[in-house]
Amino acid sequence: MVGGLFIIITSQNYLKKVVGLAIFQTAVFVFFVSLAKVLDGTAPILTKMANAYSNPLPHVLILTAIVVGVATSALGLALVLQIYKNYETIEEKEIESLELKSDK
Amino acid sequence: MNFLLINFFLISLLLVTTFFIFKTTSLISVVALTGAFTLLCSAIYVNLDAVDVAFTEAAVGSGISTILMVMAAAKLPEGKKNKLINLFPSIILAVAISLILIIIIANLPLLGDPNAPIHLHVVPEYLKESKDFFHIPNVVTNILASYRGFDTLGETIVIFTAGLGVIALLTSNTLNRKTNFKKNKKNER
Repeated sequence: MVGGLFIIITSQNYLKKVVGLAIFQTAVFVFFVSLAKVLDGTAPILTKMANAYSNPLPHVLILTAIVVGVATSALGLALVLQIYKNYETIEEKEIESLELKSDK
Repeated sequence: MNFLLINFFLISLLLVTTFFIFKTTSLISVVALTGAFTLLCSAIYVNLDAVDVAFTEAAVGSGISTILMVMAAAKLPEGKKNKLINLFPSIILAVAISLILIIIIANLPLLGDPNAPIHLHVVPEYLKESKDFFHIPNVVTNILASYRGFDTLGETIVIFTAGLGVIALLTSNTLNRKTNFKKNKKNER
């Protein structure tokens, strides 16, 4: 999770920043699902054999969150494409220098 | 014991993948490594008994998201080997956040403890009643579609809005900046 955050801040490439965001998200998901685990339990599908199930509620939340996360990263990618169309680069420093040049 | 060992192995693989995503500059290999990352995550979900989540992660996270990223990377130029920015403050931030997280995790109930507060409220009723109400053995489906149907409706609205945003961004040609920068570039040449 911290690795994802690290990538977001240090990378200059905007596509890599979007990837960092996805990694950050996925780490949080793994944490949530790990809270739902019960030792000796099985997946929450009711059968006669099992006597303990893992907690289904975090699973539902994370199902929703995964799909929303993909929608978010699709939006981010569209933004990156638009930035490339306008500036012809997706590196942060180059865009900064272009901006400075246009101010003069 | 086996369960913990497999989990430890998978998480260390995740860390290695993250490190290589951080190191590589070529965009297409970053995208491929991200696909590997999400696939590893779905293996972890299976290990943690969350089969539905693993299914969704493999289909949506590792499938659709990777396809979208490949399509974007095909249109973008190769990544350049630039210097890292903000290196020093981000190291401090990363260390501080990991310390805070470790302190918090030390206070959480143990992994797999059946008497943790999360397992005692609401969920026992869900597990007991849902078979009689809906006649579907899969509790996750019951909660997603019936008990919390409105949440799922909200999720669908969010996805719809995101889709509208993507279409609006990709089809608009009328941003002011564009003309400005194209002119500047022509003057330079």
